[in-house]
Amino acid sequence: MKDGAAMKKDNAVLRMRNIHKSFPGVKALQGVDFTLREGEVHALMGENGAGKSTLIKVLTGVYTKDEGDIFLEGNEGAVSIRSPQEAQRLGISTVYQEITLCPNLSVAENMYIGRTRGPVQNWKKMNADTDKILQSLDIPAKASQQLASCSIAVQQMVAIARAVDMDCKVLILDEPTSSLDEQEVAKLFKLMRDLKAKGVGIIFVTHFLDQVYEICDRITVMRDGGLVGEFEIKDLPRVQLVSKMLGKELDDLSDIQGEYRTYDKREDEAPVLEAEGLVSDAGIKPFDFHISKGEVNGFTGLLGSGRSECVRAIFGADKVTGGTVKKNGKPVKISRPIDAMRNGIGYLPEDRKIDGIVGDLSVRDNIILAQQVLKGFFKPFSKAEANKFAEEYIKLLSIKTASADTPIKSLSGGNQQKVILARWLLTHPEYLILDEPTRGIDVGTKVDIQKLVLKLASEGMSVTFISSELDEMLRTCSRLIVMRDRKMVGELREEDLNQTKVMNTIAGGDK
Amino acid sequence: MQGKDSNRSGVTSFFTKLFRQQIFIPLAALVLLAVFNLIADPGFFKITLGYNSAGNPVLSGFLITILDSGSELAILAIGMTLVTAASGGQDISVGAAIAISGSVLLRVLCGTDPRPEQLQAPIIVAFLVSCLVAMLFGAFNGVLVAYFKIQPMIATLILYTAGRSIAAWINLNALPIVSEPSFTYFGEFIPGIPIPTPFFIAVACMIIIGLVLKFTNLRLYTQAVGINANSSRLNGLNPAFIKFISFVILGLCVAVVGLIKVSRISTINYSVIAKDIEMDAILAVALGGNPLGGGKFNMTASIIGAYVIQLLTTTLYKFNVQSDALPAYKAVVVIVLVVLSAPVVRDWISGLAKKSKVKGVA
Repeated sequence: MKDGAAMKKDNAVLRMRNIHKSFPGVKALQGVDFTLREGEVHALMGENGAGKSTLIKVLTGVYTKDEGDIFLEGNEGAVSIRSPQEAQRLGISTVYQEITLCPNLSVAENMYIGRTRGPVQNWKKMNADTDKILQSLDIPAKASQQLASCSIAVQQMVAIARAVDMDCKVLILDEPTSSLDEQEVAKLFKLMRDLKAKGVGIIFVTHFLDQVYEICDRITVMRDGGLVGEFEIKDLPRVQLVSKMLGKELDDLSDIQGEYRTYDKREDEAPVLEAEGLVSDAGIKPFDFHISKGEVNGFTGLLGSGRSECVRAIFGADKVTGGTVKKNGKPVKISRPIDAMRNGIGYLPEDRKIDGIVGDLSVRDNIILAQQVLKGFFKPFSKAEANKFAEEYIKLLSIKTASADTPIKSLSGGNQQKVILARWLLTHPEYLILDEPTRGIDVGTKVDIQKLVLKLASEGMSVTFISSELDEMLRTCSRLIVMRDRKMVGELREEDLNQTKVMNTIAGGDK
Repeated sequence: MQGKDSNRSGVTSFFTKLFRQQIFIPLAALVLLAVFNLIADPGFFKITLGYNSAGNPVLSGFLITILDSGSELAILAIGMTLVTAASGGQDISVGAAIAISGSVLLRVLCGTDPRPEQLQAPIIVAFLVSCLVAMLFGAFNGVLVAYFKIQPMIATLILYTAGRSIAAWINLNALPIVSEPSFTYFGEFIPGIPIPTPFFIAVACMIIIGLVLKFTNLRLYTQAVGINANSSRLNGLNPAFIKFISFVILGLCVAVVGLIKVSRISTINYSVIAKDIEMDAILAVALGGNPLGGGKFNMTASIIGAYVIQLLTTTLYKFNVQSDALPAYKAVVVIVLVVLSAPVVRDWISGLAKKSKVKGVA
């Protein structure tokens, strides 16, 4: 009751208190508080695994919370939200990045689908009502138009209009801008401001810092399933936001100068790999890149800043649409992963489950896969050879598995990652790209992997190492390439390799 | 895992292991049907040596029929297993494609005269041409599935619908008849050998696919693509091409069965030849315990599955089930077998076995 009264005072439409949620082996949310006021745009920020999406899913009834209370304006006491339908009835609507409407129905049908009662439908009224709503929100679409014929931005707006028309008080926009261009973003923001003026509370989840500072009133930052804090936008400069998201204090004293790994220029020899104006269809700006023998460099930046897209372009994993690549000074053409592999490049992808493991195959087959493909279709490894390789790497990387025959999907995340690592080490690459090799794995394995990277580099392998954890990057890389909003914005080396400098560069143009 | 196994009593452990083997279901079905027949009428297993109209020794009996017709299915099951594993879908145009390849075979053998005095081309040439055509039609399906990303069943529906008309058109609706006796050797008997030839052809196909699987990476590539196409691509494979090739291989199997089918009667009936054979071939794959959604496969299990399907069909015929009613009976048996071989059920049952074991100890 106390919270109910407090809500009236500060105009809160939504108040989440002490929310806990655990999954087997993971505490996804630990005592998170969140308050949304009437007529504000509130950014929910955090890196991977911070718990943003879990919090949203608890709020929208996809997950049920283990502990804690949710208060909604106009409801006596705490409400329980057990299903998305219930959330919708309570006035909580979500618009996701990928459109969840039906593209082959008309705009009006999409607005009213699942909300009409009875077998008879007054189409005329439905269309007229829809047009009225679209007009009032200034959305450039017609009720009778097929949804698929609208641009993605307009489709998103229709989804928002649908939510608004359902009397939503809390509107959650989950990365709505990732697939929009600048003009479309501007239109979306105008719509958001209109809704704000109408008193709707908007939770805005995004990775784009610029957008946060353009539209939001307040920011809630989460990290590792916990609440870092709630801030007025004017009290939190960008670099502070970055530091809060990454969990690093700016004036951290442990961040002593001189601890950086020295950058060995080697201007006398051609770089192992050199790219100029490389660009792919994944929406990054063209970039230049080079790496020398035995160098460890890294791409850093917030989630969605384009660091993975860069390395995917280098490996030919996304469709390369422009730029030149030179290998040891000689021009090469890399348009498919096999081209990169033939040029001695290995790539451990960011998403282990989707791009890395071949789940039903044995640990052995997963280890030999890349090398086997390089060797050729008509030259399969004998059973003995395959077993020898598998045993060798299982021992070398101390992979915990019942046997080489065990399907890889039954291994733990860390061990799966080691198998993928073994796969590429077996190909003896000159240049190895590791995209988030340490994500979602236990601390011990993380340290093992970092050590391994340094050892490989000392043996002459060039490595690009990407991690969400700045500490790891600073410990392993001698040069950091900084990405922001899908653009390369800086390169740091030597004495610039410290947290403060990195975070400043990530945050960029801070006022 | 192994440590736990050794703790169990030997018998339970043996059966649990056996049950976990993919090959267990088709083998068990084989034994079950055989035992059923043995009890119902041991005459089922009678094989007699007789002479056919040409005066050659031939074996006859239900088992020989199974060996004979089951071989066609076994050959198709080889191709269908690869298509299923790579594309995660099935080719339903197999029967129609057999009609086409059979028609091409006859067209080359007979030329424009439906009743030629002598063959217009050597049988081997005609067969190679029919192989080429069947592989081309396989390639057509493959392109639709692999490059246009159409669901296999929808993509092959095109040929399923049009195939028999195309087959009839190839011979301008005529029904050529081959009078050359040596042409019957492929579908019936080679003089002096009392075992039907299709069985030898099937064995040859099995040996070839066995060698291919042993001496190339066909198994690894197909399985990898079927399980995770994304990851396969990032490991340098070309998933689309591998899917495509699986359809071409099935095309080759189709041509072989086409030869057998046409050779049996020395002519063709466009609307009846190999009718519904695709369903039996798909069933063989399913009965072999291969996931129909693609990925891992066990070729031996599919081949045994093919013979089990034929055993079932023959058993039903033997019990004078009307041919109209046959599919219904078959369906019942198939449902049981397929449900039993589903990984979910297998895991569930072995889970039960484990639990009961634990209770027994406690």
